Amino acid sequence: MEATYLKAINQALHEEMRRDDNVFVMGEDVGELGGAFKVTEGLLEAFGEDRVIDTPISETLIVGAGIGAAVLGMRPVLEMQFGDFISCAFDQIVNTAATLRYRHGGQASCPLVLRAPSGAGVHGALFHSQNPEAWFTRVPGLKVVAPATPYDAKGLLKSAVRDDNPVIYFEHKRLYRSIKEDLPEGDFTVPIGPAELRLEGRDLSIITYGGTLHQSLDAARIVEKEGGLKVEVLDLRTLLPLDREAILATARKTGKVLIVHEDRLTGGIGGEVAAIIAEHAFDYLDGPIRRVCALDAHTAFSPPLEEYILPNTNKIVEAIRELAAY
Amino acid sequence: MALERDKHAAERARLTLGEGELGELYRRMVLIRRFEDKVAEMYSRGKITGFCHLYAGEEGVAVGAIYALYDKDYVVSTYREHGHCLAKGASARSVMAELFGKVTGLSRGHGGSMHLFDQTVRFMGGYAIVGGGLPLAVGLGLSCQYKEEPEVVCCFFGDGALPQGAFHESLNIASLWKLPVIFICENNFYGMGTMVQNAVSQEELYHFAESYKMPGVRVDGQDVLEVYAAVTEAATRAREGDGPSLIEAVTYRYRGHSMSDPAEYRSKREERIWQERDPIKNLRRRMMQANPGAEARLETIDREVSEVIDDAVRFADESPEPGLEELGKYVYSSEQE
Repeated sequence: MEATYLKAINQALHEEMRRDDNVFVMGEDVGELGGAFKVTEGLLEAFGEDRVIDTPISETLIVGAGIGAAVLGMRPVLEMQFGDFISCAFDQIVNTAATLRYRHGGQASCPLVLRAPSGAGVHGALFHSQNPEAWFTRVPGLKVVAPATPYDAKGLLKSAVRDDNPVIYFEHKRLYRSIKEDLPEGDFTVPIGPAELRLEGRDLSIITYGGTLHQSLDAARIVEKEGGLKVEVLDLRTLLPLDREAILATARKTGKVLIVHEDRLTGGIGGEVAAIIAEHAFDYLDGPIRRVCALDAHTAFSPPLEEYILPNTNKIVEAIRELAAY
Repeated sequence: MALERDKHAAERARLTLGEGELGELYRRMVLIRRFEDKVAEMYSRGKITGFCHLYAGEEGVAVGAIYALYDKDYVVSTYREHGHCLAKGASARSVMAELFGKVTGLSRGHGGSMHLFDQTVRFMGGYAIVGGGLPLAVGLGLSCQYKEEPEVVCCFFGDGALPQGAFHESLNIASLWKLPVIFICENNFYGMGTMVQNAVSQEELYHFAESYKMPGVRVDGQDVLEVYAAVTEAATRAREGDGPSLIEAVTYRYRGHSMSDPAEYRSKREERIWQERDPIKNLRRRMMQANPGAEARLETIDREVSEVIDDAVRFADESPEPGLEELGKYVYSSEQE
């Protein structure tokens, strides 16, 4: 059955809550309102207010209480209404949740999911457009995923709910209603960890995730049509832990790597991917590792400025041409 | 709201508790005091390193409060948590070994002084970020409520946690949702070196309860029985579904904030006054007044506790350190352990 990215997330929540009584949803306006983006629509009617909990605007508490419940065997799926607000809960995520198991010598686990609608391109300006994944991808104890398709959105969320560790799930707002996909009937999961090769090629590799997967695929099609370039596109899907084997395999195969993400250039996960390749596949490279990312700027409200800051298909096409000619 | 300070509560508690129970309160307080004194000694001898915050002087709060709970109730604490952890029933051996950084410690030496945790006695952790444990306590309470279990959560924090946002978010929701949480503020007057009146606009901390529509009371933390009585009442309320309470236990830490703090911001006179109000001496006096014959029993307890502490130090000292191969373990729950 065809489902949007948003519907896929909603289905995963319904199915996981039906599967396991310990799963509950908590966040700001997730119940009666069905969430700011309607991602949690219908859950309250289906599962009642004990399991679909509207909270006040208290991000620290949402995450902290989620941790407390998780330690006692519950499986909270917590929503940050906008991924930007995750900074309010930063301490609970990186200090309490991420370290919990290690801190106690393995006595307890912290099986929670933190959903964070992120991403720009919706004119949300500075506090409703961020891609904060790189704040978390250097914290042992966390897992971080960023699905780009409805299938992955559903499958990764199910895996996250069933995982015994804290998982931050970045869902891209721009994808909610803009992409659709036929989803199989019945239960399926997408494992946390492995990247997915979206397009096979031989001349150049794009490594990307989340919102920029689709722009990367578009760019790959454009350059193939205009000059026959065969671009390979690797979708990371999971950002912590990174699929090092898949990253190195595509780098070794094509010898030219373009990293694309919507997060800012400096300190973005692309830097880490580039370092992995430089350390372990240097001999295979036929050109510099290039990156197309958001500029190191705040996400402006002004639509032309926002457009200027963000990666897009044209910028990716341009970078492919330059790198291919190197 | 109810839960006004009742000056006769402690005396009534003494009358309701048998001599054996009073002896147990005494034993737990002496255990913590001797433990902490020994930790200071081991610290100065270089056996314990890092940041270490001692509880000596505040024993009446942890012991009185935790004695009012059932074994299955939960406790959440702070970075000054050796006392709470011991009072909840963790073994002196495993706590001392953790402070020594040994693999036989509660957290296998990975956590140290500020991150004790003992699932078996439902001591749900010391939190080394001030105020960091409060949201977690709310979550424990939420889980108890959801599963319709009768347990309550006792959450300790210092006066230094009140200016934190987590305090507000936690008390607000605990009250809104009538969660079974007892918030116990150990007001020892100093957040490190900052006096409470310079940190909190309302320095009578129990008054915060009014804003959250929960009962609030100030008790003498140096009187273990007064703490016991207040927490007994709060635990009953929580267990019956009537929601959280805030208890401000006024107390005093005998040492500085940590082992590296000589506490020069306090006068010797102030310290002397508080030493005279010592919670262990208080209970001993009370028990002796009721029964002069109790002395022999108390001395036996003193002796037994000393043996427990000596044994804990020996155990910690002789235990091995964690091997380097331990580092990757326990980070994720799927790891082979």
